[in-house]
Amino acid sequence: MKPFAPLRWLVLAWVGALVLLPLAATVAAAGALGFRGLVDAVTAPAAVEALWLSAWTGCIATLINVPFGTAIAWMIVRWRVAGHRWLSALVDLPLSIPTLVVGILLVALYGPASPLGGVLEAAGVRVAYARPGIVLALLAVTLPFVVRAVEPVLAELDPAEEEAAVTLGARPAQVFWRVLLPPLLPAMGAGGVQVFARSVAEFGSLSVVSGNILGETLVAPVYVLGEVEAGNPGGAAAVSVVLLAVSLTLHPLSRALSRAAGAGHV
Amino acid sequence: MSDRWVRRWVIGLVLAYLGAILVVPLFSLLSVVVGAPDRAIDGLLRPEAIDALTRTLTVTAVVVVGNVTMGVAAAWLVVRDPMRGRAALDALLDLPLAVSPVMTGLSLLLLFGRNGWLASPLSSMGVVVPFQWPAILLATLFVTLPFTAREVILVLRELGTSQEEAAATLGATGWQTFWRVTLPNLRSAVALGATLTAARALGEFGAVLVVGGAIRGRTQTATTFIHTAMEERQEEAAYAMSLVLAFLAILLLAALTALGRPRRSP
Amino acid sequence: MSIRVVGLQKKLGGNHIVRDVSFEVRPGELVALLGPSGSGKSTVLRMIAGLETVDAGEVWLEDRRVDTLDVRERNVGFVFQHYALFRHMTVGDNIAFGLQVRGVSADKREARVRELCQLMGLSGLADRLPAQLSGGQRQRVALARALAPQPSLLLLDEPFGAVDAKVREELRRWLRRLHDEVHTTSLFVTHDQEEAFAVADRVMILSQGQLEQADTPEGILDRPATEFVARFVGDVNVLHAVAADGVALLGGLRVPSETAGAVHVVVRAYDLKLWRAADGAAGHATVRRVLPLGDRVRVEAVLDDGQSFHAQFPRRSSLLHGVEPGGRVEVEITTSRVFPARS
Repeated sequence: MKPFAPLRWLVLAWVGALVLLPLAATVAAAGALGFRGLVDAVTAPAAVEALWLSAWTGCIATLINVPFGTAIAWMIVRWRVAGHRWLSALVDLPLSIPTLVVGILLVALYGPASPLGGVLEAAGVRVAYARPGIVLALLAVTLPFVVRAVEPVLAELDPAEEEAAVTLGARPAQVFWRVLLPPLLPAMGAGGVQVFARSVAEFGSLSVVSGNILGETLVAPVYVLGEVEAGNPGGAAAVSVVLLAVSLTLHPLSRALSRAAGAGHV
Repeated sequence: MSDRWVRRWVIGLVLAYLGAILVVPLFSLLSVVVGAPDRAIDGLLRPEAIDALTRTLTVTAVVVVGNVTMGVAAAWLVVRDPMRGRAALDALLDLPLAVSPVMTGLSLLLLFGRNGWLASPLSSMGVVVPFQWPAILLATLFVTLPFTAREVILVLRELGTSQEEAAATLGATGWQTFWRVTLPNLRSAVALGATLTAARALGEFGAVLVVGGAIRGRTQTATTFIHTAMEERQEEAAYAMSLVLAFLAILLLAALTALGRPRRSP
Repeated sequence: MSIRVVGLQKKLGGNHIVRDVSFEVRPGELVALLGPSGSGKSTVLRMIAGLETVDAGEVWLEDRRVDTLDVRERNVGFVFQHYALFRHMTVGDNIAFGLQVRGVSADKREARVRELCQLMGLSGLADRLPAQLSGGQRQRVALARALAPQPSLLLLDEPFGAVDAKVREELRRWLRRLHDEVHTTSLFVTHDQEEAFAVADRVMILSQGQLEQADTPEGILDRPATEFVARFVGDVNVLHAVAADGVALLGGLRVPSETAGAVHVVVRAYDLKLWRAADGAAGHATVRRVLPLGDRVRVEAVLDDGQSFHAQFPRRSSLLHGVEPGGRVEVEITTSRVFPARS
C-alpha cells in the first residue's frame, strides 16, 4: 500500500503528545531530583512500606487467581457446566465495571455499616478498610486475566491426549498432573504476570476499600496520590517511575509466556 | 465415581469464590439502594450529581469518536505502513496499559501544570489544562488509547493483504480499497474496541482525580462524585451513582458478549 | 490374545451408530475394520478400548469379559489418528509414560525405550520434542508408546490418515513387517480399502453400524457377500436388469443370475472386455469417451439399452485397437455379481 504522509504525522503527533510527552515529563521530574534525591524519595519509610504492601498483596492475589482462574477456564471450556455462558460473562464483568465501583461493592458488603460487616467486626475480623479488603479488591479486578489466558490453550488441547494417557494406564490424578496441566503452565504464568502487574498499578478500588492508613493499608499508587496532594510532585514521580519500571519489565515477560503457550494474543 | 466428587468440589469452591468477590457484593449494593430508594433518588437528582454524570457521558462520547478514529489509523500504520519505527509505535500504543492511572494524572499535571513544558506556550494562548475540562478529556484519551488499536491490529494481521491486493488489481484506488474492502472487515473489531473504550472512559477515576481535581461544577465526573460522596459520608448518593455506573457497565458487557469476547486468540 | 465381540450396540441421540455387531479376532491376527465415514467403525474400536461405553452387547478379551471394566484394566494399546503425542514431553518420555504410571523402575523403562526406538527406527530421536518430528516419525512414536507397556492387544484408529500418500505407503509396509515381528493381536480402522487389503490378514467391512462381511482380502474381492460390499470395493459398474430363468439381460448381453425379477448387476471395471465390432457385426455398445489415465486407459460407453458403463485397460492393451468415440464395440462380461434390486 502507498504510504500516506499526513496520516503518519497525525497519528504520530496524537500518540506522541498524548502518551510520550507526559510520561517523559514524569521521568524528567523524577530525574530532576538527582540520584540521591531519587533514592531518598523511593526509600522514604512511607514509600517503602507502600511499595512493599503493593508487592505482597499483589503476590497473594496472583497466587489465588492463578488456580481459580484456571479452574474457571476449565469449567467453561472442558466441563461446559450449565450456565457457562453466564459464567464467562461474569468473568468479563471486571473489564467493563469501573474499578472504583468494585471498591464500593466490596464496602457495601463487607463495610462496617453492612450486616455482614457488623458480624465480622464482632468476630474481630476486619475486611473493608483493612488488608483483606485490599486483596479482595485485587482479586476482583484481576479476575479475567488468568481465565482469558488459559481458555484458548485449553480449547486447543486435543482430548485424544487425555485418552492416550488413560489407555496407557494413567490414573485420573496422573492424567491431570502429568498430561493436562503441563501444557497450560505457560498460559497460567502469562495470566499470573498480568495479575501481578495490574495489582501493583491498581488505584480506583483500593482508594475506596483500603482505608489508606499510612503504614497499614496505604498501597503505592495511593501513596503517589498523597504525595501529589501534599505538594511533592518529585517524590510522587519517583515512586511512579518505579511502578512503571516494574510493569514495563513484566509486560514482555507476559508476552513471551503467552507466545510460549501457543496462544497468539498478548 | 471420585471424578464426579472432584468436579463438584471444584465447582462449589469456584462459585463460592465468585460470590465472595463479585456477585454477593453486587447484590448487597443493590439491596442497600433498593432498601432506601428515596434517599438514593434524592442523591442522584442533586444538581451536582446530574452535572457529573452529564460530564462523564460527554467526555465518553468525545473520547470514543477520537480514539476509535485514531486507533484505526494507528493500527493501519503499525500493520500496513512500511515506515520505519512502526514497532516502536506498536509498543507505544500498549504503553498506557502499563501505567497506573495515578501516574497518568501525575504525568499530565507535570506536563501542563505550573513550570510544565507546555504550560507557558498554552497559557499565552489562554488555555489552561490542569483542573479544567481539557484535563479530564486528555486523561481519558490517554487511558483509552490502546483498546481500539489493539483489536484492529489483531484483525489486520490475521486478514493479510490478499484482499487489498485483489482490489488493487481490479483498479481500486487506495481510499476505495480502504473504505470498500479493508474497513468492512474491521467492523466487529472496531465495535469491540469502541465498547471497551466506552467502558473504560465511563469508569476512569485515578487519572481524572489527580489532574482534574474533582472540582464541583467544573471537573467533577461520575466516579469522582462517588469518591467525594464517600468522603463526605453520603453513602446513599455514592451507592446510587455506583449502581448507575454498574448498570451502564453491564449494558456494555452485554454488547461485549454479543460481539464475541475480547482478545480471543486467532 | 483373542477378541470376541457379541451383539455390540451404541446409540447417540436416538440414532444407532453401531447396531448389533459381532465378530472375532484370533490371537496374533492383524485385522482391518473397513468402512465409509460414519459407518461406526471408530466407535466399535473405542468401545473395545473402553473409551466409549457399551449400550448393549459384550466384549471379551480371551476369556475375560471387559466391557464393564475401566480402560486402565483392559491393557490395550491404542494409536490415535492424529498421534495424540504429549507435546510437552520428549519422545523418550512419551514412550516411557505407560511404564512410569505403572511404577516400572527407571532403568527398566530406559531399556524398553531404547529397545523400542531401535525397533521403530527412532534411535537418536529420544530427546526430541514431538513438534520437531516429521509426520511419519510421530506416527511411529505413537506406535512405540502404545507398545511400550506390552499390551495384549493393539488398536489403531486410522493410523495413517494424517500423513501424506508417499509416507503412508511406507508406513503400511512397515506396520505389516512390525506385526510379523511382534505378533500382538491388532485391529485397525481405516476408510482406505487399498490400505486394508495391503496390510490386513482379514478385512471386516462395516456399513451403517452393521457388519457386512468378514473375510480374507481375496474372499472379499472374489465373493462379495452383499451388494454394499460389491459396490464399495474396487472400481465398479452397477447395471439395472431384469432376470428370468437364470439369466439377466443387459441390452444384447446375457449374465448368469440366481435370482429372478429386477436385479442389480455389479461388474468391476477390469472384469469387462470390449473390442471394436467387426464391420457388419451389430456390437453391444457405443463408445462415448476414451480417457488416458497414466498407465491405464478408461473407456466410457453406452449399452444399447441406454445404460452407461466404463472399463479399464492397460495402456498398451491390444483390445484398445480401433476403439474410439462414436465407434461400435462388442462387450464381454467375464465376472459379475447379481443382487436382487431393493427398493
